[in-house]
Amino acid sequence: MRIHVEDLHVAYAGRTVVAGAQLVAAEGEITGLVGPNGSGKSTLLRTVYRHLRPTAGRVLLAGTDLRELAPARAARHIAALPQERGSDFELTVREVVAMGRTPYKRAFAGEDAGDRETVARALADAGMADQAGRRFTALSGGERQRVLLARAFAQQPDVLVLDEPTNHLDVRHQVELLALLRAARRTALVALHDLNAAASVCDRLHVLCAGTVVASGTPREVLTPALLAEVFGVRAAVVDHPLTGDPLIAFDHRTPAGAEPGAEVRA
Amino acid sequence: MATALFSRTRTVDGLRAGPLALVLALALLAALTAAVAWGSTAIAPAEVWGVVWRRLSGTAPRPGTDDLIVWQLRVPRALLAALVGAGLGLVGTAVQALVRNPLADPYLLGISNGASLGAVAALVLGAGTGGVLGLGLSGAAFAGALGTFALVWAVARRGGGFAPLRLVLAGVAIGQFLSGFTSYLVLRAGDEQQTHSVLFWLMGSLGGADWELLALPALAVPGAWLWLQARARGLNALLMGDETAAGLGVDVTRLRRELFTVTSVLTGVLVAVSGAIAFVGLMVPHVCRLLVGGDHRRLLPLSALCGALLLVVVDTVCRTAMDTHELPVGVVTSLLGAPALLYLLDRRLGSGR
Repeated sequence: MRIHVEDLHVAYAGRTVVAGAQLVAAEGEITGLVGPNGSGKSTLLRTVYRHLRPTAGRVLLAGTDLRELAPARAARHIAALPQERGSDFELTVREVVAMGRTPYKRAFAGEDAGDRETVARALADAGMADQAGRRFTALSGGERQRVLLARAFAQQPDVLVLDEPTNHLDVRHQVELLALLRAARRTALVALHDLNAAASVCDRLHVLCAGTVVASGTPREVLTPALLAEVFGVRAAVVDHPLTGDPLIAFDHRTPAGAEPGAEVRA
Repeated sequence: MATALFSRTRTVDGLRAGPLALVLALALLAALTAAVAWGSTAIAPAEVWGVVWRRLSGTAPRPGTDDLIVWQLRVPRALLAALVGAGLGLVGTAVQALVRNPLADPYLLGISNGASLGAVAALVLGAGTGGVLGLGLSGAAFAGALGTFALVWAVARRGGGFAPLRLVLAGVAIGQFLSGFTSYLVLRAGDEQQTHSVLFWLMGSLGGADWELLALPALAVPGAWLWLQARARGLNALLMGDETAAGLGVDVTRLRRELFTVTSVLTGVLVAVSGAIAFVGLMVPHVCRLLVGGDHRRLLPLSALCGALLLVVVDTVCRTAMDTHELPVGVVTSLLGAPALLYLLDRRLGSGR
């Protein structure tokens, strides 16, 4: 199913953070959301997984306004992986993953064989089957993210929404998590901080700046030196990745955008 | 892949919840029997059940004092202890999920301070029956609880969505404000006897138990349990965070609002019938979580059972430990609870988390 964000405005803590954003996450594609800090990536995603309500505009799921769906109904289609760590309440890995069944269950309903199978498959797909009995808070950062991805799988959604899933992970775990995401072959809308990761993982990218989408297209179309200077304020060259052929952004870490290359920068 | 991994057994340091609940239920039955049997007049356990059976089956009670002691004094008190203990276990579990803090106390939201103020006002100003742990006092305490609930609600709602921190800040601030009034009233109390009964009540006591007093908690505790049990999955989702819960299709604002209402009313009822009994609501859910894990579908019934068992045992001790007078039950739960909590905290920190 596809997600259509239409002229979305969202206020958060009294401030308009998303102001007229417009984008489409196409069926079966990984759609990336990039932009500097405070550009509205998280706020936009929070509106898609219904933590926040739009002040104007709409989010459409396969043509239906999300606000017309009951929360549990919407959660059967859209699963979220927010940037929350959870507190220590003695939950096991399996219990966290089984939460993915929440939108399907009525009050007092227990777990049936179908739920158990779905949870087992989600754990296996995220490579966490042998960790099911461990305490969630005892896991490493990379393991936790995989468990949360498994919980999203257990929700059997049509669309995955991920808010900077590789944050705070070391490189190896970043690569593993993004590989899992690609292998899942689902429609996904993902905010990413790392532009090179976005360039190799996403089918299409939307660049957010000050709450609006300022560029959309394939990574190669979008990630140009001019845009990187304008939106992110950095000097960079875009070359071909020697191993994968994806666009590779080589940042100039010495010179801020706008300054003369090689010139001394005064604070 | 071993299927055992996906059975309901916790493979870490958890126990099976079903057998554990059965053991606790049997222990509770034994504790209730002992609570009725022990006291200044010892009554044989067989006679305890004999009296209960004759009363329940409508047979004419045997003449003598045993029937009176068992049926009019000790059975209501033991049942009140079980109900209040179960209620404290439930409300502790629920408040901890509500404010997303495993060390939160059911009295954190200020409700008990309001109830105490109501009760103390009734005792000192004589608005109720005065000096007696009767219904006038309970009524005043419950009214105080509801008034505080409305106040905390109004303050917390302005933050939108009943966010955990906002609730706690509103509850603590208003609770302290009200307890200032309570202290003033205690100081103003006319005579020593009045001060004594006020303090005794504030520390928590089940001494006012009779059949009439049982009616309210007998409705409120099972009712709250059913309500919470129906929302156990929503409570689980809240533990992970509001965004996660929203993504799982939980209407977070509504659940929080209802949870705050249910826990406040239950706290109000419990404080009204027994005073503010410390530590049970904090400790019981915590211990149960160590036993069966954090899933509320198992945690809620187990916390209720554990709380009931604990309070029946502690109240029996309070009643029988000293010959001349009773200990307030809250004093003993604090004496037991504080070291237990320190031990638990130590264990958590020691496990490197």
